[in-house]
Amino acid sequence: MSPAVTRALGLYAALVVLIIGVGVGMGIPYTTRMLVEAAAYALIALGLNIQWGYGGLFNFGIMGFLMVGGACVTFISYPINQKFWNSDGPMLLGRALIAAIIGFLLILAARNAHRIGIKGGWKTTLIVIAWAISYVVFRSQIDPATAYIEAQAGFVGGLGLPVVVGWAFGGLVVAGIAWVVGRICLGLRTDYLAIATIGISEIIRALIKNMQWLTRGTLTVSPIRWPVPLPEDYQAKGMDTFSALIYARGGYFLVAGAIVAAVMVLLIRAYGGPWGRMMRAIRDNYIAAGSMGKNVTARQLEVFVLGSILIGIGGGILVSFAQIFDPGSYQPINHTFLIWVMIIVGGAGNNWGALFGAVFIYVVWLLSEPLAQLLFGSISDWSSHVGWGAIPDIESRSLQMRVFVLGLVISIALRYAPRGLIPEVAQTSR
Amino acid sequence: MNLIELENVVGGYGGAPILNGVNIAIEPSDIGVIVGPNGAGKSTSLKAIFGLLKVTSGTIRFNGTAIENALPDKLVPLGLSFVPQEKNVFTSMTCEENLEMGAFTRRDNFADTLAMVYDMFPPVKEKRYQKAGELSGGQRQMVAMGRALMSNPKLLLLDEPSAGLSPRYVIEIFETVVRINKAGVGILMVEQNARQALAFASKGFVLANGQNRFTGTGAELIADPEVAKSFLGG
Amino acid sequence: MDQLIFFINKVLVAGTVLGSIYALGAIGVTLIFGILRFAHFAHGDMMTMGGFIAFVLAALCAAAGISGPVPTGFIVLPVAMALTAIIALGLDKAFYAPLRKRGAKPVTLLIASIGVTLMIQGLIRLFFGVSTRSFFETEPKKILRFDMSWLGGSRPITFTQPELLMVIVTIVICYALHLFLSRSRLGKAMRAMSDNADLAQVSGINTALVVRVTWIIAGALACCAGTMLALDVSLTPDLAFNIVLPIFAAAIVGGLGQAYGAIAGGFLIGFAETLAVFDWSVLLRPFQQWLPFEITGTISLVPTEYKLTVAFVILVIVLLARPTGIFKGAAT
Repeated sequence: MSPAVTRALGLYAALVVLIIGVGVGMGIPYTTRMLVEAAAYALIALGLNIQWGYGGLFNFGIMGFLMVGGACVTFISYPINQKFWNSDGPMLLGRALIAAIIGFLLILAARNAHRIGIKGGWKTTLIVIAWAISYVVFRSQIDPATAYIEAQAGFVGGLGLPVVVGWAFGGLVVAGIAWVVGRICLGLRTDYLAIATIGISEIIRALIKNMQWLTRGTLTVSPIRWPVPLPEDYQAKGMDTFSALIYARGGYFLVAGAIVAAVMVLLIRAYGGPWGRMMRAIRDNYIAAGSMGKNVTARQLEVFVLGSILIGIGGGILVSFAQIFDPGSYQPINHTFLIWVMIIVGGAGNNWGALFGAVFIYVVWLLSEPLAQLLFGSISDWSSHVGWGAIPDIESRSLQMRVFVLGLVISIALRYAPRGLIPEVAQTSR
Repeated sequence: MNLIELENVVGGYGGAPILNGVNIAIEPSDIGVIVGPNGAGKSTSLKAIFGLLKVTSGTIRFNGTAIENALPDKLVPLGLSFVPQEKNVFTSMTCEENLEMGAFTRRDNFADTLAMVYDMFPPVKEKRYQKAGELSGGQRQMVAMGRALMSNPKLLLLDEPSAGLSPRYVIEIFETVVRINKAGVGILMVEQNARQALAFASKGFVLANGQNRFTGTGAELIADPEVAKSFLGG
Repeated sequence: MDQLIFFINKVLVAGTVLGSIYALGAIGVTLIFGILRFAHFAHGDMMTMGGFIAFVLAALCAAAGISGPVPTGFIVLPVAMALTAIIALGLDKAFYAPLRKRGAKPVTLLIASIGVTLMIQGLIRLFFGVSTRSFFETEPKKILRFDMSWLGGSRPITFTQPELLMVIVTIVICYALHLFLSRSRLGKAMRAMSDNADLAQVSGINTALVVRVTWIIAGALACCAGTMLALDVSLTPDLAFNIVLPIFAAAIVGGLGQAYGAIAGGFLIGFAETLAVFDWSVLLRPFQQWLPFEITGTISLVPTEYKLTVAFVILVIVLLARPTGIFKGAAT
């Protein structure tokens, strides 16, 4: 066995020991919750790994994609809001949709104006006018529609369909968004893409937060269903609280874990095959790859979209598990940077590395909360003992420690293990 | 004493060495020309002198001082100057600013050196307030050489100064090189236009595979049938 | 006339102030990009940190009873700028220089700067909590009013003293920077290195010195921008993240590596944002009779919640139309 494999196995074994330790220290219900969330994050990390590790693409808008995934599963799996369907809401929305389609066609027509002989500066003017008209017309339809919905029915509600469908739908919608974003931004250098994705993520966040008619915005949507029976369901059948939690969460973990496992299998096969080799060739030297006739931008778009699907599904899994969709709870630190740390520390470009990084960092992240509070609590005790008074706002401040630690971990990782703990194995046959 | 002396220099960019024991020596009054096929290590020799790559063994002496692996900002005050083959002007800065940058390491008043450079390159003086990036290839080369002269070097290293220039400019460049040498600056030049360059050379070095193949005066090398056949295109 | 006054108050003044802040931040970003060739993501946090340093110094001054005709925030500004510059040097030495020595790619440096961002953010929140602070807890903002009745206006043109000072400071700094870059030996060396780093080294320019000067300038300007923003609005730890995007947009729009471009870009985006959230209904109301639609409530191009998207949209448009920016900086 090669040293790299031994090392990887050793790290995984240590991880298992760590999880068992958490189970003993914090209790099994806590650990099961941790494992489910870690599975979701693993999926997200694998998605980012495809984009960055395979494709060399700098996606800094993970948070936005997660929100979309969450919003989609909410929309699909939340029970139907009869008030909405009984009102004029659907019709008004339908009109807004038609307005949007007309606007889109208008813009498309303007973009093709060169076919009827309008070119250059005139065409650009035409396109700008088309955009302006579409925007105004759309706003004129959608604004009264949303006001009406919010007044009459609160929000559009859901479709009451199975949760897993919601996850898949989330993946699909995110893929669509990624496709549009990719078409616009993928020709740019990597750091531009980073800024672009941040911007898009922020736009998505602003939209979802403010489209109360669609997502209830900051009023949040809950409770959202699980794909498997809830603890309450088990309790209703007579089980005690403890076992109910374990059975229910265990069930959820099986579903999430199965998805992760399936994705891992697919990724490992793809990685070793011709597609994976081509992607890495493009990543390592896209100029050379381009000159060899590979359509670099198209491949990068592929990679971007594929990775985004996984991210979207992961976002859906997280929201379903939490049973609440709260746009205000999304923070770039938790939902973008954390993932990046996962794959940098774990090992970008290596699926096992990404998986390891996801679980390991998530455990560390979760544990840092009680540990920080412990640390700050004792410092505060000591300082009040000494006469300096207790540390104010200790709750929120100790949480900030996590942010610092995360930054520190990135810096240390880049310095001493720049390719990650389970780095990409150098391909000997090039 | 030799102005510059490379003794069995081995070096490269990391990985396999490109120079495999190169020996070059010229005196202050020399015009030294290095020629050879592609990949012979010609430009690499210059870069080795200027600390732009790693020399793993051998010595490089400038006026007796060892300078292998020294950084450029130490070498320029010592009296060396380098004109790279490509990207050898600051395109967004004016010609005059380019020249000023050449004099960066000088602490004294360099007005007369500036006047001397303008004298040598009248087109540059004409366009002194224009951005160097707007100039033609030949004029850019003048700015590049002018920039290198501003530090009052004792040794001027030139990497293919005639590359990409029209024949008229090629002759002008070589004539300028001779003028600079007459003014007291030693020249070490890599050239692809081997025959034309060797005509001016007081010392010629033919390199192949990172090693010396032939050494002699320019005239000797041109006259040598073996050299002519293998390296000068017959 | 009143409409014009309203416009001046809400757009001209606000846009100039915002533009100044963005411009100062963007200069730092663009210089770092031009000389060190990476996107310094931690710049927003450097601004916040600078703002907090100024805040602490101002509080110390207030405690010591020092005050003057201008807000204490401005009095302590030079000291705060110097401190931030020193910290910036330290950050480079600790986190970026080691990676550069190993030949790290720009993307790696970007990730490293993210690590630095998180650390600074964590530390700031740790020490100061997450609450909002204001420079004006103990002293009021002086408001300057210009009576416009002689031109027929019923309301005065108002702006605050800090706003006026901010604009003055920005003008002074930009002019000083211009002199530095165009006249001084070191400033020209910076431009040379930004233009062609290899040739700069070959010419004997002390690249390590130029790098240090870059960080000093970037740090000082970041502190200035952060303090000004805090003086204008208020000081929150979140300051940083919200501002990274407009600043980078400004730097890219102006052309990466071009300091003058950063200034132009900063003002462009500052005014664009202000115009986009401006309530046009006030301006248009007197012309109601000639307009085909009715003016109800407020009309703004973009609702205030989406202000951030303005910078982003401008960025995307510029990247698509002219990737090297207005002043043709570094390209893809």
